[in-house]
Formats: sequence, structure tokens, C-alpha cells
Amino acid sequence: MAKAKRRDLARGNAIAGYLFILPFIIGFVLFLLIPLASSLYMSFTEVDALGKKGFSYTWIGLKNYNEVFFVNSQYVPNLLTQLKDMALFVPGILVFSFFMAVLLNQDFHGRTFVRAVYFLPVILSSGIMVGLETNNSLLAGMKDLIQKDTSSVSITQTLESILLTGQTANKFFQYVIDLVNKVYDIAIASGIQIIIFLSGLQTISPSMYEAAKIEGCTAWESFWKITFPMISSIILVNLIYTIVDFCTKSNSDLMTLITNTLYLNFDYGLTAAMSWVYFVIIMGILGILSFIITRWVYYYD
Amino acid sequence: MTKQENITFWERNRKSGGYLLRKRIGEFIFRFCRAVLLVGLCFLILQPLLHKFSISMMAEGDLYDKTVINVPRHFSTEPIKSSWKWLGSFKPFFTSIRIGIVVALLQVLSCTLVGYGFARYKFPLKNFWFACVILLIVVPAQTLMTPLQLLLADWDFPGIKGIGILHLITGKGLRLTGKEIAYYIVCAGCAGYKGGLYIYMMRQHFRNEPKELEEAAYVDGCNRWTTFWKILLPGARPMMVSCFLFSFVWWWTDGVYSRVFFSKGNNWATIANALNGLVENMNHDMEKIYGKGYIVPTARSEQILSTATLLTLIPLVLIYILAQKSFVESISQSGIKG
Repeated sequence: MAKAKRRDLARGNAIAGYLFILPFIIGFVLFLLIPLASSLYMSFTEVDALGKKGFSYTWIGLKNYNEVFFVNSQYVPNLLTQLKDMALFVPGILVFSFFMAVLLNQDFHGRTFVRAVYFLPVILSSGIMVGLETNNSLLAGMKDLIQKDTSSVSITQTLESILLTGQTANKFFQYVIDLVNKVYDIAIASGIQIIIFLSGLQTISPSMYEAAKIEGCTAWESFWKITFPMISSIILVNLIYTIVDFCTKSNSDLMTLITNTLYLNFDYGLTAAMSWVYFVIIMGILGILSFIITRWVYYYD
Repeated sequence: MTKQENITFWERNRKSGGYLLRKRIGEFIFRFCRAVLLVGLCFLILQPLLHKFSISMMAEGDLYDKTVINVPRHFSTEPIKSSWKWLGSFKPFFTSIRIGIVVALLQVLSCTLVGYGFARYKFPLKNFWFACVILLIVVPAQTLMTPLQLLLADWDFPGIKGIGILHLITGKGLRLTGKEIAYYIVCAGCAGYKGGLYIYMMRQHFRNEPKELEEAAYVDGCNRWTTFWKILLPGARPMMVSCFLFSFVWWWTDGVYSRVFFSKGNNWATIANALNGLVENMNHDMEKIYGKGYIVPTARSEQILSTATLLTLIPLVLIYILAQKSFVESISQSGIKG
């Protein structure tokens, strides 16, 4: 009797659950699954957009993919640049936002203002604004002008050349210098990550640090033994968010190439193939990374 | 008074063997470095805005003067007036506000329902569907644009290549290209711009609510819907407001969806489209005045573009100043227990 009732309840819950997520299921199938499937189909066909009866598709097998990898001279280099940039930016953004979160977690005057400023890019530098920003040739021109004026007395350049003369650490310093040059891009891309880290830091109870301090832990040790494991799950969230955010940005060279193939050449099949190659690569990276990191994440409760 | 304190400080320092002084100096250096770093980075972030502001105040002649860098020599309101004109005055603002409010409302409503479903109900294939939500977040919008456009040109329910209810009845699909209603349908299905993210945020919110709330409601005789509607929805209001604001703000600057759903030929309907088409519009007008082949100098078009950008950002800045807490807190809530 009681068992039957419980089964009824479970069934009722299942139905209610499905009713609640129904809008999502409909939207997902109609506006994501079907377009994705048809884009996959398109990538194997040659689409004739200018025909009389609207669109006509001719099956051409892997020819589009062949063109993506071996014929198109821009795609592969752009893809590699994009992946290289990702390898540069994503760790940079994570470290920067974590560092900023630690700073902003401290008590000082004007903290609310500083926080507000750091979050501002999330609101302002999204969508087309990013594209407009990078196209700003006037700004770029002025940057060149300023650099030219000061290059003779530049401390940073001298420092850079000194650091780069060492043979062994060469690559590492080049990496750091690249990062420092891109600090603006990193700063405007890390608004949400800072907030997420900040909230993570605030959930760690102060009594843990107190206990550690009494046991004789230095600040350095308690950082690695308490703070780091406690926010490891948040690092994972941020990592995934950062990668997704970085890859779906519409102003990268790769995205521009894909959009141009569509809007300037009207080559629908090739565009679809290009997007699919990119999409599969991103999914692969996300899958591998989250698989590795999930094993290493520490859950407190 | 100060002297008294000084004496005691040095006295104390001497007693502690110089430790106090070292500590004070260390603290001071730390604070100083932190302040420099924070101020520097704040400036870095605000710099493009300040720069836009300064060039929007310059007379055209100042743009070509290499000695003028940041502070204009001749102040002028002409750039603001011109860019306002080429932007299309109030029209794109009103269009964007109207569409944005509808879009944000639809997104918030559907995503709240779905988020609640994911947070509180157990049903078969739940993990599979949640993976689909993640997929929705991950797929770049550009991948979907072409097929979506084709789909909308001949839309039907369920919509697979001419098979659907409408084709059965009338033999023809709906032509939804360039119609507002198309994007509203997409948003109601949670598949609009960043829809997956709002589902995630709402789910995170409902997961953090105590379960006892619902249990008490069930004991008191509420059914599942009234529990959701009367008990949980009022508590979710702040999070819904945040999602609404995010949705509105991101919609305001989104170029991809605007381009697909709201650009009708040369009629730049929304803010994003107006900004995208601004320079083209300006070139077109200038050609009319100065004859064909006239090219607007880059500096001038950049000035107009920057000024227009600044103008379109004003509403966002206002919203942000008024509702900063709501933006930040919603994100920090959804980060916990990722």
C-alpha cells in the first residue's frame, strides 16, 4: 500500500518535472537540435542558395572538409592561432581573476567602487562592443604614437631584452611578457570569474584559518593547504566558463573568417564544415580538461 | 598628544626588539603596492570609456592635430549631434527597449520554470537533459545562424524540412525571417541568447532554498504548482530580477541574434544593428553631399562611431549604477556549489 503510494508520488514528480522543463525541451529540439543537425547535413553538401526554388542541396561527401583542411589557406592557421591564444589567455585569466579576487576580498577604502569597476566590462564589453573596440584604429594609431615617442627611454623594453637574453627561461619569459602585453584583454574578460572566485573565498570559514594559525601554519602554507583545495571546484567552474566565453567570442579571426565565408561568399556548406570542425575541437578540449580536473577537485562536504 | 603617542610607539618598538616598526613598514608597503595596482587596473578598464568621452567632445579639426591627444583644444557638441542623427535618433533606442523587455521577460519566465524543474524534481533522463543545457551554453551562436535562417524562412511545427502541422493544413510554412515574433518564440523556448546560462542561474538559486519550505507547503495542502507559484516564486524574485537585467543588458549589445532576426535590409532596427550599420550609413550620406567616391576619413568615422557607442552605453551604465548589487550577487550565488 505504502509502496504503491510512493511509486505514485515518484511518477507524479517525474511528470511534473517534465512539465516544468517542457519549454526547454521544445526550444532545445526546435532551435538547437534541428539547426545543428541540418548544419551537419549542410557540411556534407554543396548548397545552392541562388537557385529558383530556394535552396537546393547536392551531396558531395567530405569535399567541404577536405577544403577546410587542405585547400583553404586561412582556416588552419587561424584555428591554430585561436588555440594558441586560448592556451595563453585561459590560464592568464584564471590566475589574474583569482589574484584580483584575493585582493578584493581584503578590507580597504573604496572597495565597492573598485569592485563595481571590475564588473563593468561584463556589462559593457559584450557582443558587438568588443568588435568595435578592436576595430578602433584611431586608438591603435595613438598607441603607436605614444610608443614611438617613449621607446628610446623605455624601461620595460630594456627589461624585456635583459630577461629574454637568458636561454633556458626564454620561453617562459616570452609567455609572461605576452600576457602582460595583453593585460587589458585579460582584465575585461575576467569580470564574472572574479565575482565567482570572490564568492568562493567568502564561503571558507575563518575558523579554519584560525585553527591553522594556532597550529603554526604560515600564510603561505595555509593558502596552499586551505584556500586552494577549498576553491578547487570553483576553479573548474571558472575554467569551463572561461573557455566557453573565449571560444564563442565573435571578434576572433577565426569567427570573422567563418562569418565572412557566409556573408561574403555565401558558401553555406563550407561555413557549416568550418564551424563543425571548430565546435568538435572545443568540445574535445572541454571534455578532456573537465575529466582531468574533476578527479583532482576536492569537495569539502 | 601626538608626541605622547610617538613616545609610546617607539617605546613599544624598543621593547619588541624592532618588530613593531618592521611590521608597520611592511604593512605600509603592502598597502601602497595594492593601491597602485588597483588604481592602475581600474584606470586600464576605464581608459577606453574616458578616451571615447574625450574624442566625442572634440571639434573635427582636433582629430587631425597630432598635438591633441586627450584634452580637446576646441570643444564641440557637433560629434554628438551628428552621431545621434546617423544612429537614427530615438528610434533604435525605443525599438531595442521594447524588444529587450519582451525578450527578457520571456527568457526569465521560461528559464525560471525550467530551472525549478531541474533543481527540485527527479525524473528519468534528468542528467541527459541537463547535459543538453550545457550544450546550449557551449554551442557558439555562429554555428546555428545559417540553419536558423533557413529554418525561419519556411517555419513549421515541429519544422523538419516541410513536414509539420502547417504543411498538412495549408501546404505552406510560415515565413518568419525578419519578424520579431520569431525571436520571441526562440526565447520562450529558452534557446535565446545565453538562455542556458539563465537556466543554470535559476537552478542554482532554487537548489540553495531549504527543502523544508516545500515540505511544509505540501503538508498544508498545496499542490505542486501552487507550491511553486505561491511559495518559491516570491523568494526567487531577486534572482529573477537579476536574470532579467542580464538578459536585457546582453541583448542590448548582442550583434549575432540581432543580425539574424531583426535586420530588414537597410532598416537598422535595433541598437546593435544601428551601430553596425552606422559607418556605412554615414558614408552613404556623405557620398550624396560630396559626390560618389568620397571616403570619410578614418579618424572622423572612428569619432562618430565612438560617440555613438558612448551614447548607446549610457542606458547600460545607468542600469548598472542603479542595480549593481543585483548583478553581482546573482553571479556570486550561482558560483557556489558549482
